[in-house]
Amino acid sequence: MAKAYFGRRYMLSASHRLHSESLSDAENRATYGKCNNPHGHNYVIEVLVGGEVDRETGMVVNMATLDETVQEHVLARFDHTNLNCDALFVNQVPTTENLTKVVFDVLKQALPAGKLEYVRVEETENNFFEFRG
Amino acid sequence: MIELTRRATFSASHYYRNEAWSEEKNEEVFGRCARRNGHGHNYTLEVTVSGEADPVTGFVVDLKWLKDVIEDEVLADFDHRHLNLEVPEFAEKKLIPTTENIAIAAWNRLEPAVSKAGGARLSRVRVYETPEIFAEYRGEQ
Repeated sequence: MAKAYFGRRYMLSASHRLHSESLSDAENRATYGKCNNPHGHNYVIEVLVGGEVDRETGMVVNMATLDETVQEHVLARFDHTNLNCDALFVNQVPTTENLTKVVFDVLKQALPAGKLEYVRVEETENNFFEFRG
Repeated sequence: MIELTRRATFSASHYYRNEAWSEEKNEEVFGRCARRNGHGHNYTLEVTVSGEADPVTGFVVDLKWLKDVIEDEVLADFDHRHLNLEVPEFAEKKLIPTTENIAIAAWNRLEPAVSKAGGARLSRVRVYETPEIFAEYRGEQ
């Protein structure tokens, strides 16, 4: 059977502030610029899963199942929140690089083994980050 | 190696039904996509070919040529059609025109033409059913 990929895009609105506890205030401002101020984004979370196309359904994954998983593990946790306050960002700065890895790890745990191909997070229309594990 | 992608759009109708299943099971698995009278989408097809730029033309492939291949091999049969009823891959084989299967069908139609031309190989076909839903096929078995 053929291996194909199914992709889905979700939106997540959250606030954050890029600030490292290991830097001084002046260093934080120099490093992160305006991102050192609290602000927010409409993030787009793109999830790609890969696998055999099921003979009976014609699908790699049932979209309803994928939607439920992403809703439960990612959107319910992060949408309309302050990322800096989440336990997963206590010890790391909520850059979009780190958010991408966090979302990948959370979904890797929640989805069937081997299915998750990548997570892409678009912070704005002009920048995005991708993690494949 | 360079990858080159061309986009095209087509509009088509379809439904998801496994004829071996009961009405209830079709509704349970496919939801509103199982409705017998079907529904439609504006699909976006992304075709990616890869190869080296020709030293004389600077092209991996001529984009106009690729546009014509997509038109002749895919759009001519898929655009403004009912996929379940009118497109052989789905109508004759009773294959469900999911986004995954549409991507595979498009690959199977495009691959011989790209291979025959030489110089570049088909590396990816991605089909967007909506801006938020897509499937892709890279020729993997």
